[in-house]
Amino acid sequence: MAERAVAPVAAVGDAPPRGGEFRLCFPAEAFAVRTALRRAVARFARRIPRDSAGTLELVLAEVLNNLVEHGYAGQSRGLIEMELQVDGEAIHCAISDHGREIAGLADGTRATKPCPVPSDLPEGGWGWALIEALTTDLAYRKDGGRNTLSFRVPLAG
Amino acid sequence: MQLRTEWVDDLMIVRVDDDRIDAAVAIEFKDEMRALTGEGTGDVVLDVSRVRFVDSSGLGALVAVLKALLPDRRLALAAPMPNVRSLLSLTRMDSVFQIMAEAPAAAARARHG
Repeated sequence: MAERAVAPVAAVGDAPPRGGEFRLCFPAEAFAVRTALRRAVARFARRIPRDSAGTLELVLAEVLNNLVEHGYAGQSRGLIEMELQVDGEAIHCAISDHGREIAGLADGTRATKPCPVPSDLPEGGWGWALIEALTTDLAYRKDGGRNTLSFRVPLAG
Repeated sequence: MQLRTEWVDDLMIVRVDDDRIDAAVAIEFKDEMRALTGEGTGDVVLDVSRVRFVDSSGLGALVAVLKALLPDRRLALAAPMPNVRSLLSLTRMDSVFQIMAEAPAAAARARHG
């Protein structure tokens, strides 16, 4: 008998897939991100606490918007792959793209913290600070032309 | 963007009828709000009671609207949902916006007794 096909795609993280998985591939474009967020949240809405669903949507939005604005900036539109799994403790997330490296993560720099002084209010720069505040096990991996950001969103007690 | 405007004396109340202020509409929202608020001279209340989701781009647009009004005019956010309040708190922007618990329709009725 000929070689058997390799089993498709390992689980994200080290936890066994329990309670559901979600995979989606979509163009790196703002309205496609909206649709992806809506579908992801709808997929898990009945399995996770409402606060966690809100946190998941915000974290995913920040990661995906960052890819749309920076990862694929100046290039023809690329694709984003999103893979989510929920278990009893967290939502395990892996977001992959083939765009530019995320400079802030590659060189270890951090997003600046907001400084609420009315004369010098920031109009952005919260994205990475929010991602870091709301996730655990944040990791960035570059494999050939493919960048993968993985993290967990803990479920609210 | 679906923005509905009403006036109570010189107080401008703008209700956001879309359920998201996010990266997809942040620039459009900022531009439309600047055009709307450019007509007045008083404080502005933004009724966000129907807004289910704001991301950091949407928050940036809100701050831009606030900055365009400063220093003479203020911007209040009325009736934010819990996750919107949570975003404001996480970014410490809850200290720069006036936050109103009530929807402005109720506030306006109260003003007029």
